[in-house]
Amino acid sequence: MSWVLVMPIAVPFLTAVVAFLARSLPAGRWISLAGSVLTLVASAVLMAAVLDEGVIAAQMSNWDAPFGITLVADYLSAVMVVITAITGLATAIYALGEIPEETEALGFYALFQTLIAGVTGAFLTGDLFNLYVWFEVMLIASFSLLVIGGGKERLDAGIKYVALNLVSTLIFLSGIGLLYGVTGTLNLADMRDAVAEAENQGLITVIAMMFMVGFGVKAAVFPLFFWLPASYHTPYFAISAVFAGLLTKVGVYALMRMFTLVFVGDVGFTHEILIWVSLLTMFTGVIGAAAQTDFRKILSFHIISQIGYMTLGLALFTPLALMGGVFYLVHHIIVKANLFFVAGLAKQYAGDTDLNRIGGLYKSAPLLAALFIIPAFSLAGFPPLSGFWAKYLIVKAALELNMWFVTFVSLLVGLLTIYSMTKIWGMAFWKPHPDGIDPTPDRAPARVTAAMIVPIAGLALMTIIIGFYPEPFVQFAETAATQLLDPTDYVTTVLGVQP
Amino acid sequence: MNSVIFTAAARLLVALMFVFSLFMLLRGHHLPGGGFIGGLIGAVSFIVYSLACGPAEARKALRVSPEVIAMLGLGIALLAGMFAFFMGDPLFTGQWYWVGGDSYETSVFSINTVLVFDVGVYLVVLGGILSLAYAFEEET
Repeated sequence: MSWVLVMPIAVPFLTAVVAFLARSLPAGRWISLAGSVLTLVASAVLMAAVLDEGVIAAQMSNWDAPFGITLVADYLSAVMVVITAITGLATAIYALGEIPEETEALGFYALFQTLIAGVTGAFLTGDLFNLYVWFEVMLIASFSLLVIGGGKERLDAGIKYVALNLVSTLIFLSGIGLLYGVTGTLNLADMRDAVAEAENQGLITVIAMMFMVGFGVKAAVFPLFFWLPASYHTPYFAISAVFAGLLTKVGVYALMRMFTLVFVGDVGFTHEILIWVSLLTMFTGVIGAAAQTDFRKILSFHIISQIGYMTLGLALFTPLALMGGVFYLVHHIIVKANLFFVAGLAKQYAGDTDLNRIGGLYKSAPLLAALFIIPAFSLAGFPPLSGFWAKYLIVKAALELNMWFVTFVSLLVGLLTIYSMTKIWGMAFWKPHPDGIDPTPDRAPARVTAAMIVPIAGLALMTIIIGFYPEPFVQFAETAATQLLDPTDYVTTVLGVQP
Repeated sequence: MNSVIFTAAARLLVALMFVFSLFMLLRGHHLPGGGFIGGLIGAVSFIVYSLACGPAEARKALRVSPEVIAMLGLGIALLAGMFAFFMGDPLFTGQWYWVGGDSYETSVFSINTVLVFDVGVYLVVLGGILSLAYAFEEET
């Protein structure tokens, strides 16, 4: 049983090793692709086991909880692992078309697979210090991926990214130290009871705020998001897609885990702050996007704005809201990664990502235009695409609590999102190209375009499936939310497992 | 650095330090030491060599590029941990085979995956530190 939990982490790690040794051979990229397929298979097996048993846990090295490192998967972890593997596979295919050979020879695929391993590890660990280690694995891999390929702009973005993320890690680490001092444990399940029984509840709240800031930087919430738009528009499109899809979501996941499992002693205080943070995140993000004219910068600001919806789902702290938050998380990873993929292909055709300097894509690439419409309108919340259901659940949860202002802001931000998406649509697709030319994929062989369009089409298909057939996904999110709000299963499975 | 004394002494020191690093790796089995500290000492020995004879010469002495050493180490450590699969244990559970007995006290020596894991760590640290150090030296 324990190996079901290990394989989604071990497979990308092993792939990274092999892909690095074969980095200057053409085989390197196929090894990476095969590794991503195997990771997806391993995640599917994990998902099947979780659907079968509810919560599963394994003690690494046979050291019993709470002393050893525990891997644990409930519904939320399992779905995040699967969605990570799907994004990883889509990126591995897209990279076949985009990444030049010089970059491959530097070990691109090894770094990419390490990143996937780090993200998966963060979703599966049940140990607070181990979570910190996975954050570090992710940070190292993502920093290297950000600057790989060279250039002043990338280095500038990389420095900002790594500096601010190190600050966040430092706060996170201090929080771990303090929490360990108070409770004497690092195992999350064990910590739940220890925190509830702690004498100094004031100190616990202070530590909770440290975690909120630490994870808040990772998740890019207001006012800690400024590293994100400063760095996400410079790397390769495959990389910015995987960053946009996954990295901030690890922060959101960590917030969801800690603030449902451990820090639930003073919900009135901590989650009230989260509500206001979420609203401000949603609003500033969408306003920031309105001021941009670069394809990827607009999308970067929209990541921030959408993060607000997810943390709002957590902050409202009702079953319906958390269900919306989980649903939103999954929907957004697919949609946002896809939009960055589209941006990359649009650049292949039109030669730039600055909306003032491109245009005419609707005429010369109608398929791309159709594939842009799906994730873009899903992001804005058009029925019947996946984003509509996600927003609907959050707004309904706010209405049930009679929070009119929260409802108003959610709807307003949705409206402003449509404005940004129609701006991209109008400027990149409808208006004629400013140079008076028909944008075509210059110099790129058909193989390259095919490698880039396949993942876009695949993710768009998933968006449509979730949109038209949301029932099983909503039910899944409901169970995930129930598990989050009542983690008895989680705690007993982790602490009671006999290896 | 063009010091004759340093160059001459370095040859002796490097060999000594490297053997000591292997000693630390093996000693770590039951006493303080281990793959991490051994890898650090091993890396220092090669750094001394590169200070004495230049990074190009030191790279040649290493034969394999430090990045490859580090990644191989990662692979070895992971495979050592995954060996537990065949015994039906969770990841990283140490597997022991006692030669001439059935426990630490009665056996002559043991074959186990823990040492293999430590060798992996040794290589990761050695390769990782050296790739950093060489990059810095070649820059200036």
